[in-house]
Amino acid sequence: MQAGRRPLVSRSQLAWTGTLPFLGYVGVFLLLPTGIVLWDAVQSSSGGFDFGAVSTLWSSSTRSFFVNSAELSAITSVIGALLGAVLAYAVATGNPDGLIRRLYLAGSGVLAQFGGVTLAFAFLITIGPTSGLLLHAGWFYDFPQGIGLIYIYFQIPLMVLVFLPAVDGLKAQWREATETLGGSAWQFWRYVGGPLLAPAFLGAVLLLFANALSAYATIVAWENQISYVVPQQIGTALSSEVGLSSVNQADVLALGMIVLVAIVMTGYTLLQRRTARWLR
Amino acid sequence: MRSPYRFAFAGIAAAALLTAGCSSGSSGGSSGGTSWSAKTSAAAGGGMSALVTAAKQEGTLNVIALPADWANYGTIIKDFEAKYGIKVNSANPTGSSQDEVNAVKQENGTSAAPDVLDIGMSVALANTSLFAPYEVSTWSSIPAAQKASDGVWVQDYGGYMSIGYDSAKFPSITSVSQLLGPQFKNAVALNGNPTQANAALIGVMMTGLASGGSADSIADGVKFFHQLKQAGNFVPVQATAATIKAGTTPVVINWDYLNTASVVGSSTWKVFVPPNAVIGGYYAQAINKQAPHPAAARLWEEFLYSQDASGGQNLWLEGGARPVEQQVMTTNSSINTTAASALPAVSGTPVFLTATQATSASTYLAANWAAAVK
Repeated sequence: MQAGRRPLVSRSQLAWTGTLPFLGYVGVFLLLPTGIVLWDAVQSSSGGFDFGAVSTLWSSSTRSFFVNSAELSAITSVIGALLGAVLAYAVATGNPDGLIRRLYLAGSGVLAQFGGVTLAFAFLITIGPTSGLLLHAGWFYDFPQGIGLIYIYFQIPLMVLVFLPAVDGLKAQWREATETLGGSAWQFWRYVGGPLLAPAFLGAVLLLFANALSAYATIVAWENQISYVVPQQIGTALSSEVGLSSVNQADVLALGMIVLVAIVMTGYTLLQRRTARWLR
Repeated sequence: MRSPYRFAFAGIAAAALLTAGCSSGSSGGSSGGTSWSAKTSAAAGGGMSALVTAAKQEGTLNVIALPADWANYGTIIKDFEAKYGIKVNSANPTGSSQDEVNAVKQENGTSAAPDVLDIGMSVALANTSLFAPYEVSTWSSIPAAQKASDGVWVQDYGGYMSIGYDSAKFPSITSVSQLLGPQFKNAVALNGNPTQANAALIGVMMTGLASGGSADSIADGVKFFHQLKQAGNFVPVQATAATIKAGTTPVVINWDYLNTASVVGSSTWKVFVPPNAVIGGYYAQAINKQAPHPAAARLWEEFLYSQDASGGQNLWLEGGARPVEQQVMTTNSSINTTAASALPAVSGTPVFLTATQATSASTYLAANWAAAVK
């Protein structure tokens, strides 16, 4: 670069343009719909501002949908994450080029996407109360046990997929170093492995929580005649043909889900800040 | 219509995004010199042959929420295509009536907007401003109570709420209260969520009437389902031909025309309409005011209300549904008597919900359904 002459476009400005496709994508498919939901939730049917619909979020009937959604998502994300993490660790400690690892990864990739009517039906003919081939599980139609079990079925493989890279990053030398210094397995996990994996683990729990929170087709096939969770109720608000449809109500429920995710995200950020302190 | 699993809103949103990009200026309805979008009868546009010519010129018809196994719609669509050489685009076959109206609102102005709708009465009455008035050639055969005086909606076919069951598993069902018995453990399902689907709402109402309630209140029906749940007999999963074959939903409360052995695909399937709780319901046809294919839309209606041996009225009847012109067709002998005699036996005076009764039922369900069957 010649002295005293500035380039027309600085490097950092050029670097920014590289993010434009990403920002455009996020803008159209995340920020714009979120904005529309927020805006429409506070509009009255005649066009002015109206917070009446938003206030229905505090009504006991609406609150129960959110409680159910949070309960189902929390239970299935924590159980799915714990079991998935163990499985991921088992896979990671195996032969990195082995058949088992490839089998588990391919299987997880397929099963993490298994959902909807087919998944609900698969469970019905395996352990359904009247049609189960393996056993007749009388509790299968109860909330959240029945649907929770189905959700965990796709949460575990998803956990394997998202958590395996983190476990792979755990170097064998660290374990050896701990042992050389006389540390026990417990001490390794308490002071080395645990803190290192904690942010990735919490991030994965969050992902699984959001995955369960927004799942729709599976629960609609399983609990077709009763609404338990928020997405089902949004379905009612959009397609009810018996006079209970209200796009405004759907917007308000979606707004509630956005708030719920925001709370979880904030909690995650705080937790991560804390775990990051250990890593320094 | 009903909506077992509603990808509907995602689908509609995606379709709206796609069609917004390729919105073609619809033909505006001017084909063959006549603008059919404002014509209120075939005669007003120059007669049936002019309508057929114009519709063929348009070449396409957009229908929505018509499952192939619902009231014989699979055959009806095929026959219409074969007879007139018009391609039928069938969108979102499992959508609800509300999904149909949503699609009209979101897709109007594009060539993908639905031309014709088949909707429940409460949705029809709430959206008359979206529909074009039209009187089919057989207008006088339709009872006055079953059509809007200007023809913005016209009832098309209907049936009675029934209990369908696998006769290989259960003894013959002769009353609704039998379903509370221990042999029906984990057996009884509705067609959908009564806060969403009309068929399910009428199903709940039917059990209420059978327990001595009146059509003015659905509370007795909700109470019946609460008892059904307490007894461990209620199955909340979506009933399909697959769940019936697997034995998950061996008893289904549904419209009689959807509860036939042929629709369900099981030869041991029997249907029962409780004599003390005969409750009927009709769907209605409506033409989208801004239909992208106005002539094809009107020709479709003429086909559906035709009394021909191979016309829509007899085709619905062959699908187990009761066509709106059935009474007149029985008198003038144009009815398919074989199909008519195959309908399930119904005795007693049928109840039809008024708009007020329907509204009060859905309001009650919104507040009490989930808690009653949880």
